[in-house]
Amino acid sequence: MRYACLIYFDPQKVFNRTPEGEAVLRDTERFDAELRASGHFVAGHALQLPNAAMTVRVRNGKMSATDGPFMETREMLAGLIVVEARDLNDAIRIAAGIPYATIGSIEVRPLVDYSQPRPIL
Amino acid sequence: MLATLIRLLGGFEAAEEALHEAFAAAVEQWPRDGVPANPFAWLVSTGRFKLIDRWRRQARFTQALPALAALADAAPEPTMTEHIEDDELRLIFTCCHPLIAPDARIALTLREVGGLTTEEIARAYRVPAPTIAQRIVRAKAKIRDDALSYEVPERAELPARIESVLQVIYLIFNEGYAVTAGPRLIRDDLCAEAIRLGRLVVDLLDDPEAQGLLALMLLHEARRSSRVDEAGDLILLENQNRSLWDQARIVEAQGLIERALASHRVGPYLLQAAIASLHALAPNVVDTDWPQIVSLYDTLLRVDPSPVVALNRAVAIAMRDGPEMGLRSIEAVIEQGGLDDYHLAYSARAEMERRLGHVEAAAASYKRALELVRQPAERRFLQTRLAQVAIASAPHSGTKVEIA
Repeated sequence: MRYACLIYFDPQKVFNRTPEGEAVLRDTERFDAELRASGHFVAGHALQLPNAAMTVRVRNGKMSATDGPFMETREMLAGLIVVEARDLNDAIRIAAGIPYATIGSIEVRPLVDYSQPRPIL
Repeated sequence: MLATLIRLLGGFEAAEEALHEAFAAAVEQWPRDGVPANPFAWLVSTGRFKLIDRWRRQARFTQALPALAALADAAPEPTMTEHIEDDELRLIFTCCHPLIAPDARIALTLREVGGLTTEEIARAYRVPAPTIAQRIVRAKAKIRDDALSYEVPERAELPARIESVLQVIYLIFNEGYAVTAGPRLIRDDLCAEAIRLGRLVVDLLDDPEAQGLLALMLLHEARRSSRVDEAGDLILLENQNRSLWDQARIVEAQGLIERALASHRVGPYLLQAAIASLHALAPNVVDTDWPQIVSLYDTLLRVDPSPVVALNRAVAIAMRDGPEMGLRSIEAVIEQGGLDDYHLAYSARAEMERRLGHVEAAAASYKRALELVRQPAERRFLQTRLAQVAIASAPHSGTKVEIA
């Protein structure tokens, strides 16, 4: 099964030039290479900071685009990695190896399997 | 294979990664170089060395290097097949460790020994996958933090530890056996897996309770196909087609029971198996050896004094001595308490009242049972029964209903 590992962190902790932040950034390169070599890697992207982002909405046929979101919360979505794993616990195990897990948090979400019925809410 | 790697690498996580690496390597190499003479040994040693190799490359494991080097050099090549089953038994004992929470033991055993995925376990138990994932994560943390030993326990510790293993196996079996909603295939898998685990323990440990549990599961399984009809409705024991019962399983169970009884150590699983075997061997309900069943329940009640056992004993008394004595025994058990949430207590009482023609009391008891029942097939059965006694008790009902 495929799972998205959504990486959240506080950019102040990662890009503040402290030894902890530098170590995480360095480990990330090695981790990416290992994840590709192990066959778990499906796709992955890092995101620029939210101050480079625009938020788009369409209401009643009218489009609006605003700056941001601005950093209101300390932890922000910073990237995502899609992995192929045996099951949820296997995906959790892989996510625990992502260096950002030591400084931020990783949300592990199964990808939608379209052969399964839609959720009823 | 996972079990062997856990022993060699000293942890679940490492072993899972090693297994993944080994299969990845096999996919690449076997088509090119041919399948090795001993694929099992090849996978185990490949997985182990790939992982140790990677640990060596990783700077953050520098401090662990001396230990890893020792691990890599000391462990002999795992080629002996007899080690494999020993490893699996070690794994069961670790997964069923009494210090792990009971529901986590079940999830961990199904995943690590049974090879089910977290999502499959969640579907079988009808809970969200994160609930099962959390149990497994906590159980593994417990094993790691408390350094729970990965081995078959010493003789002094063995009885308590086996009890926990057998309980986990029986809970897995019961979950699969219970007639509830849910994906049929996975539930059948649970029964098959429980029997496989039971067999493994019996083959590796000479323990009468393990033999009793395996016999008990085989006897339930032997009669399973005759328990429900095509619509999924329950068929009472007296109406079951006994020619459908799986004689090979019944014979195997019989052998296990005899072997276990020879040890002169009787426990609850063995006694329940002995009772089930009397049912399995009887030509019909009337000619079942009810006096023997009552006396087995007497013994069972001494080793396992639970209200449910007392209730089953009361039902056996009803079969031996008739509904009047049965009703008296069942009421005595209910009065002792502990069965307030147990629908079978009230459906058993209703059954006695129905047979004695106490239709209004029977209707009240069926209603009480219906408030408590959760399984759809059992609910339908109780509703049918309630409708029958309701017609019989209606003051102006046009037809007189024969109460059997």
